[in-house]
Amino acid sequence: MSANIFITEERIEGADDGPLSGTTVAVKDNISTEGVRTTCGSKMLAEYVPPYDATVVERLKAAGATIVGKANMDEFGMGTTTETSHFGSTDNPAAPGHVPGGSSGGSAAAVAAGEADLALGSDTGGSVRCPAAFCGVVGIKPTYGLVSRYGLVAYANSLEQIGPFGETVEDAAQLLDVIAGEDDRDATTRETPLADDASYADAATGSVNDLQIGVPTELLEGADEGVVETFWDAIGELEDRGAEYHEVSLPSVEHAVEAYYVIAMSEASSNLARFDGVRYGHSSDAEGNWNETFAQTRKEGFGDEVKRRILLGTYALSAGYHDKYYKKAQDARAWVKQDFDEALSEADVLASPTMPVPPFELGESLDDPLQMYLADANTVPINLADLPAISVPAGETDGLPVGLQLVGPAFGEERLIRAASALA
Amino acid sequence: MSDDAVSPEEVRHVAELARVDLADDEVDRFTEQFRDILEYFETLDEVPEVDREADLTNVMRPDEDRDSLDREAALENASETEDGYFKGPNVS
Repeated sequence: MSANIFITEERIEGADDGPLSGTTVAVKDNISTEGVRTTCGSKMLAEYVPPYDATVVERLKAAGATIVGKANMDEFGMGTTTETSHFGSTDNPAAPGHVPGGSSGGSAAAVAAGEADLALGSDTGGSVRCPAAFCGVVGIKPTYGLVSRYGLVAYANSLEQIGPFGETVEDAAQLLDVIAGEDDRDATTRETPLADDASYADAATGSVNDLQIGVPTELLEGADEGVVETFWDAIGELEDRGAEYHEVSLPSVEHAVEAYYVIAMSEASSNLARFDGVRYGHSSDAEGNWNETFAQTRKEGFGDEVKRRILLGTYALSAGYHDKYYKKAQDARAWVKQDFDEALSEADVLASPTMPVPPFELGESLDDPLQMYLADANTVPINLADLPAISVPAGETDGLPVGLQLVGPAFGEERLIRAASALA
Repeated sequence: MSDDAVSPEEVRHVAELARVDLADDEVDRFTEQFRDILEYFETLDEVPEVDREADLTNVMRPDEDRDSLDREAALENASETEDGYFKGPNVS
């Protein structure tokens, strides 16, 4: 069976000279590439060819990188396994027969399989960190606003960031150096806080002396036993190198998953309204008026998970339910932010397992969407709080990769990279 | 199951609002799944009201002319066009 890592294999050469010359990069297929189809893992965009590059792609090219393909993903970024892709699931190179995680599963798999040196994914609720953990590679979810989202096909704007994958923390940080920074086409971006002669890659010194690690107890509860053991072994390794840990409590994270899904689905229901089959994308042959044709086009073009989220998002925003779901979810989001701010006032970084479980077997988990949503418990709070996080390989349980997640303060990527580089 | 659990009619209604046609078996499946998912979302009732210290600023840029996509590129992905315009189905 082919690993099905790429939806489109295509060599896009970058500039002759640059910090990434001679480096190959896989790009998640929801990031626009001029002249090369960008499907979002959906039948809806199976033939869509963007007329422009995303800002991150422009920066990759300018840095001399060679893009080697558009990586497989859950449809529109909606999923935790890369099994909702219209183009079939991706096998996990680090654990064959298991899912690579999602939604940037193809990107993580490309690095794990050696098909690319580096990769770009997008992380709305863990979609870079989950596949990094499942595939045994490094993934960074940058602070909201550090990386431009111009040219990223939007799913949930207030939550998502484009993030890099690499085999080592230093590799991923080098890609972050290339894509980070202000973009006048995305008003949510900011300049990097780096000093003039500094880079994220330079921060990968492996030094954790006197690093104070907070471990949120809530993010260990209910996790798989083998995952928790592997996590503590990794914390032990950091302790051996001079770090200290203490337990912290984040009561708000108990409500993060439901808040995340209400907000993400609500934003999705609005964002995906653009797919009407008129200007681009799949178009139904159905006869009828605008509404009938529109609804038929979307029936044919969207898969189950996308329909589920559009409908639930529409429901959550509809008259009579807005206060019950959406407003409450925004309260929970503010609470999560406060909790993290407080915990990070007494720790340099927070640590948890990235995923509470090892990679699922292919096909194991598709039938029960709620169970799948619950698997995102450790990653979604970070998106709600707009914070940066990194997933590094922590070891294995029963031969399956386990990731350790470190969370830092807003724009504290250097600190995270330094700490994580002690492990990979 | 709570009293206000979602019904097949509500699923159809929301699908209509969202302009997504559903097959009958999809309606049945979604009704069942939405029941579980919405019941789970109801635990948001336990969330206390939180003061939001939103530090929001509008970000403006100068209103300057810029190049945009030319018409040909903008129409490239459309299934039907006419005289340089997108062609959509009848509105009514």
